[in-house]
Amino acid sequence: MRPFLYERPTSVSAAIAMASRLDARNVAPTQAKTQFIAGGTNLADYMKLGVAQPERLLDLNELTEPALRQIKTDDDTIRFGALVRMGEAADNNDVRRRCPLLADSLKFAASGQLRNMASLAGNVLQRTRCEYFRETSWPCNKREPGSGCAAMQGVNRQHAVLGTSDACIATYHGDFAQALIALDAVVEVEGQRGPRKIPFASLHRLPGDTPNIETDLAADEVIVAIEVPLDPWSRRSRYLKIRDRESYAFALASAAVALEMDGNTVRQARIALGGVATVPWRARAAEDALRGNVLDDKIAAAAAEAAFADARPREHNAFKIPLGKRTLVRALLETRDMKV
Amino acid sequence: MNQAAPVPKENQGEPVVRIDGRLKVTGQASYPADIATANVAYGVLATSSIARGKVSKVHTEEARAVPGVLDIVTYGDMDETDTPKFGNTGASSIGPLHDKTIFHEGQIIALVVAETFEAAEEASMLIRADYEDEPPSASFDSKGVKVEPAAGKSPMLQEDVKAGDFDAAYASAAVKIDQKYSTPTQHHNPIELFSTTAMWQGHQLTIHEPSQNVTGWKIELARQLKIDPANVRIVSPYVGGAFGSKGPMTARTAIVAVAARRVGRPVRCVVSRMQAFNTQTYRAETRHRIRIGAGKDGRITAFGHEGWEVTSRPDPYVVGGTSATGRMYNYGSVLTHVSIVHADRNTPGYMRSPPETPYVYALENAMDEMAVALGMDPVEFRRINEPEKEPIGGKPFSSRSLVKCYDQAAEAFGWSKRDAAVGSMRDGDWLVGMGCATAIYPTASAPCAARVRLTSDGQVRVQCGSHEIGTGVRTVAGQMAAERLGIGMDKVSVEMGDSALPPAPVSGGSISTASVCSAVLKACDAVRAKLFAAAVARDGPLAGSGNAKLDMEQEKIVASGGKSAKLSDVFKVMQVGAIEEYAEFAPKGSTPEALKKLYAGQAEFHGGDQDKDSVKYAFGAEFVEVRINSYTREIRVPRIVGAFAAGRIMNTRTARSQLMGGMIWGIGQALHEATEIDRRNARYVNRDLQDYLVPVNADIKQVDVILVPEVDLDVNPAGVKGLGELGNVGTAAAVASAVYHATGKRIRDLPIRIDNLIS
Ligand SMILES: Cc1cc2nc3c(=O)[nH]c(=O)nc-3n(C[C@H](O)[C@H](O)[C@H](O)COP(=O)(O)OP(=O)(O)OC[C@H]3O[C@@H](n4cnc5c(N)ncnc54)[C@H](O)[C@@H]3O)c2cc1C
Ligand code: SF4
Repeated sequence: MRPFLYERPTSVSAAIAMASRLDARNVAPTQAKTQFIAGGTNLADYMKLGVAQPERLLDLNELTEPALRQIKTDDDTIRFGALVRMGEAADNNDVRRRCPLLADSLKFAASGQLRNMASLAGNVLQRTRCEYFRETSWPCNKREPGSGCAAMQGVNRQHAVLGTSDACIATYHGDFAQALIALDAVVEVEGQRGPRKIPFASLHRLPGDTPNIETDLAADEVIVAIEVPLDPWSRRSRYLKIRDRESYAFALASAAVALEMDGNTVRQARIALGGVATVPWRARAAEDALRGNVLDDKIAAAAAEAAFADARPREHNAFKIPLGKRTLVRALLETRDMKV
Repeated sequence: MNQAAPVPKENQGEPVVRIDGRLKVTGQASYPADIATANVAYGVLATSSIARGKVSKVHTEEARAVPGVLDIVTYGDMDETDTPKFGNTGASSIGPLHDKTIFHEGQIIALVVAETFEAAEEASMLIRADYEDEPPSASFDSKGVKVEPAAGKSPMLQEDVKAGDFDAAYASAAVKIDQKYSTPTQHHNPIELFSTTAMWQGHQLTIHEPSQNVTGWKIELARQLKIDPANVRIVSPYVGGAFGSKGPMTARTAIVAVAARRVGRPVRCVVSRMQAFNTQTYRAETRHRIRIGAGKDGRITAFGHEGWEVTSRPDPYVVGGTSATGRMYNYGSVLTHVSIVHADRNTPGYMRSPPETPYVYALENAMDEMAVALGMDPVEFRRINEPEKEPIGGKPFSSRSLVKCYDQAAEAFGWSKRDAAVGSMRDGDWLVGMGCATAIYPTASAPCAARVRLTSDGQVRVQCGSHEIGTGVRTVAGQMAAERLGIGMDKVSVEMGDSALPPAPVSGGSISTASVCSAVLKACDAVRAKLFAAAVARDGPLAGSGNAKLDMEQEKIVASGGKSAKLSDVFKVMQVGAIEEYAEFAPKGSTPEALKKLYAGQAEFHGGDQDKDSVKYAFGAEFVEVRINSYTREIRVPRIVGAFAAGRIMNTRTARSQLMGGMIWGIGQALHEATEIDRRNARYVNRDLQDYLVPVNADIKQVDVILVPEVDLDVNPAGVKGLGELGNVGTAAAVASAVYHATGKRIRDLPIRIDNLIS
């Protein structure tokens, strides 16, 4: 690991001020000289590997604003402070009861130890686990723009089939983000240019020609909260995660599903797909295929076809297309059958 | 899963708790890299990013400028030493800093030594090398690999075993199969990382390093450093998992020793998980072609097994499991052939059941296919082909309880409830499959020495340079002494893992319990003989009992007539405070040089298929249930039952734990484990435990181990067959068989993953 400066601001405004000092305004947060650290389970790992090379770390864990550590629910929203730990949110009874999808997407992620360390903001910003990204001796456009993509013709079993570009096919591996994008969450951010709210769907950027730019955030912007609206479909919601082993593994394919039913007919559907795309992936075409229809095996299969219509496989990950479809079908039927 | 230790049956010892269990679970056991050392400097390796070519220049300037860097050992700095040797004690003949040729990815190009680990690591990342690189050959089918027959290239495989006229028998067989199977690259990944701590005191060198072979390493390291072996000591009291990976010494040990001499202080180098994938040994990928021919009655008439294994360019590492597969059943005729494929890879090495795991996987998967082809129950098919004598040399088995294992495991598993039709069993959305396979492992032992001391107050100390790699050998050696000397376990201490102790063979090949216990037994018997002589002497407490049968129990010498004498009284007569005996055990059939070779760190193995009078194997039968989701096809293993017979079981707790661990590993081999290779540049891509998957607790549900009683006094004086490597043989085939039963898909290439089952 390289030496770095380590500082612990005690307020959000101080953190922003400190973050603004060294970097040009338009530099991506992951390439900035100053970077925030929360649980450190993603960033510290990548610093040890030489993938992330901040000169200065701002530890957010000493921030004193109480809301950063609180989960607040009212009739129509759940608001998560950015520093709430994954484990705490997963175990929160209110969250579990009112929106099982949120709790399950956290419960099925990582391990108990990691969930106790990792923050929710850090979780949604976690970087890809692409094997070639993780090791600095490989060419990788995300880590070193313009160097090429070793995964494209390499071992790409766990890579994405949706949202890929010729520059990068790395999967976005997070689970919680699938729940957030499905439920139209909003991210509250504070930075030098003032506070703003970003629809979750606009937080992450497709790789395109610039896979090194991963989010819409500026280097001085701190996520302070994530707000999730509660809707008629929140209770009938579910996260299904398929992986190589039963725990402590990233999704090969996952589906976040929330349904509002009128008898057997779908009134509203919210769907996101994990493990198969380069960014948190909302499957709107699948939602459209379901809306107004009786949810049976056939229509579920049609929705899954629609979700993967644009999928593009590589040498080792073609199985993710049938797997992704079946995962969605199973998730839809299981969600339909939930007792709420 | 939480089960009590099995209640001992006939010829099975008490489930005594591990001597070092508490120390280990409370973190008090000091592993080699934990040993407190004053003034230690830290070493971090720098390794090559290419797999083939030459290093033209190593740039160390930037690294040297990092504050705290003390030294960088690189090309030229090892010239005073000899290159490593490939063989029993040496992992590879590649001397990475002796020669600028790059034979594989991750080859050591320098060792940075610094005041702190952090400085050494930072500096190691700043070392750059210029290479003249050449296109490497990654594996099977890669351009440029060299394929050659394996037989005779290594002591692991002297010849390709055969019997009868395979070609004729196969050609005329009524039912036959001809299939290909493969196993992937696998790395041991013990949780304790690899490390070397080297300290010089004058001419004396002490190495703290996790090792399965302290005596062998002492000799080999002294040879490389050109110093007297008497000046080298290897210390490894606890090993946090080894599985073969800590058996052969790697090039790193000498490099760290040289670094410590250069900087004039102890140097500790802990190898990162990532670097270990290339600087340590591993199980290379294997391929198999199996042909089986049988009559309509299910009797096998022809068995053909061809194997291909990857090794490095310079070293002919061979596992060659055909010796075991060729003797498994009553085949009629046998034809085998093993080839090695030299590629630009690091040299592979022993990994828990090196020959049997891949080869028996192929055989047993094929046996299941054959049973299907014959329309026969797979258990019945094996029963029909149970041999009287092994088919290659026509020798008897010293003992063989395979059928008993099948009977007991099948009963416990509920095999009779299995509906043989493929895809016929279901539980809601889950397809249910059941399968089985045979486990086999050769029973060997090797020369071994031990020292036992008994003091007048009944304290026993056992010393033996064997290794506690987690198997429980320290406990069972203590049990042997406690039992023989009639002393409670609480008064027994056992010292192991130090080349200053009486020498023991490498802890590999499941020989440790048999070899160590035989030596301890011999030393204890010598102690007993002295005590007995004194007890029955004219002035002894048992004077006049000279013709009685004597034994030791509860700190007393007991005569068959009922008289007894307290141990302390016998010591009084003898006028000594302690009796200490040193014993050397050599297995039946040992050569005259056997003991000399033990001291030279080259203990010879006996048993298995090597003896004249009989072949010696331990057997087991494993049954597995799998569940496969009918939509998403993920595979789960709710239960596995294994029944094993392995002669005398010293301790049912440690035996069960070994077998259970083996079966769990077998599940991992079936469903999870694989090192992925980027074929373009012969590089491993998943060099960490995030991507190199092994089962986690949630994957393992019910694991039942049945210890089938067996008596075999032919194998060694202790009557013990090794079982450390038995448990994970066959497991993967049993899983493959169950997956077939559930889905109708025969998966021949491991690991079996969702990718194979979804379409
Ligand atoms: C072995 C392993 C398995 C895992 N398995 C899973 C899994 O199955 N599913 C899953 O979803 N995740 C998984 N994870 C990922 C894990 O959930 C993330 O590492 C974790 O959530 C990151 O949170 P953190 O607080 O530790 O983030 P950090 O490592 O501290 O930060 C991550 C990134 O977020 C930025 N950041 C953090 N907080 C803020 C903020 N408030 N404002 C702006 N930027 C911020 C940091 O600068 C950094 O770039 C796994 C991780 C590991 C190591
Ligand atoms: S897929 Fe993306 S992250 Fe992976 S190597 Fe290619 S560019 Fe880098």
